[in-house]
Amino acid sequence: MRSLLTFLVGIVFGTGIALSGMANPAKVINFFDLAGHWDPSLAFVMGGAVMTTFIGYRLVLRRPAPVFEPTFDIPQNRKLDVKLLCGAGIFGIGWGIAGFCPGGALPALGTLHPQVVVFVAALIAGMLLARVLLARVAARTAQPAE
Amino acid sequence: METEFTPFASLAGGVLIGLAAVCLMLLRGRIMGATGVLAGALMPASLHDWTWRALLLLGMVLGPWIYFAAAGQLPVIEVPASTPMLIFGGVLVGIGVTLGSGCTSGHGVCGLARLSPRSFAATGTFMLTTAATVYVLRHVVGG
Repeated sequence: MRSLLTFLVGIVFGTGIALSGMANPAKVINFFDLAGHWDPSLAFVMGGAVMTTFIGYRLVLRRPAPVFEPTFDIPQNRKLDVKLLCGAGIFGIGWGIAGFCPGGALPALGTLHPQVVVFVAALIAGMLLARVLLARVAARTAQPAE
Repeated sequence: METEFTPFASLAGGVLIGLAAVCLMLLRGRIMGATGVLAGALMPASLHDWTWRALLLLGMVLGPWIYFAAAGQLPVIEVPASTPMLIFGGVLVGIGVTLGSGCTSGHGVCGLARLSPRSFAATGTFMLTTAATVYVLRHVVGG
């Protein structure tokens, strides 16, 4: 039952992405192309998603715990740092070049469209690369100073 | 490349994305972020951690086929970028979402909905750099 419901949540997300146009890089890039063929659709996607989540979270978080887990696991960090802003900045540059964000590309992978497969492979490579770099930096800073 | 303005389909799609985020919080108490789901599925902390993410991903990839069943065609996917640029962009997205701890779904939807200052800063930053990148590629270099 737990597995089936989690699987259904994935289907709802994937169907939403497919219907919204977020799986289509041409559409996503046109949202950001204010000086060209501007397509405001993405504002409706974000508006619908944020409003629904805003209301839904307020109802759900009144509960003492989620249905299938002992506690809610929500990030508590509220501080801004350079890593967050640099990461977001780099993500935006990549999003502007490729037109896919992870949430748009993962459901699109279901079509086995070759360009989606290429993008997701590059996405995974980038994620692994960043982890290796972060681990190196952490190891270096952990070494005792001379 | 022009695309059709689709306010109703996009709004309905957005509501479904939000509904999925709310259900995941209700059932598992977790943020619906594509970055976190993928990272956790590739490098799981435990079997339990891996299972729910794998199930979620399995559901996600069926989304376009549910759309196909309802609309009679798969969702349109047009990629304006060349393959080398697509790869370059993909690697940058992977690095960026790992350093920035999230993407459009985690920060842009779930984070904004819970009024997280980090998510507001991240979303503002990536919207700005995306728009700047598109402007440069379309109207400065590619114009």
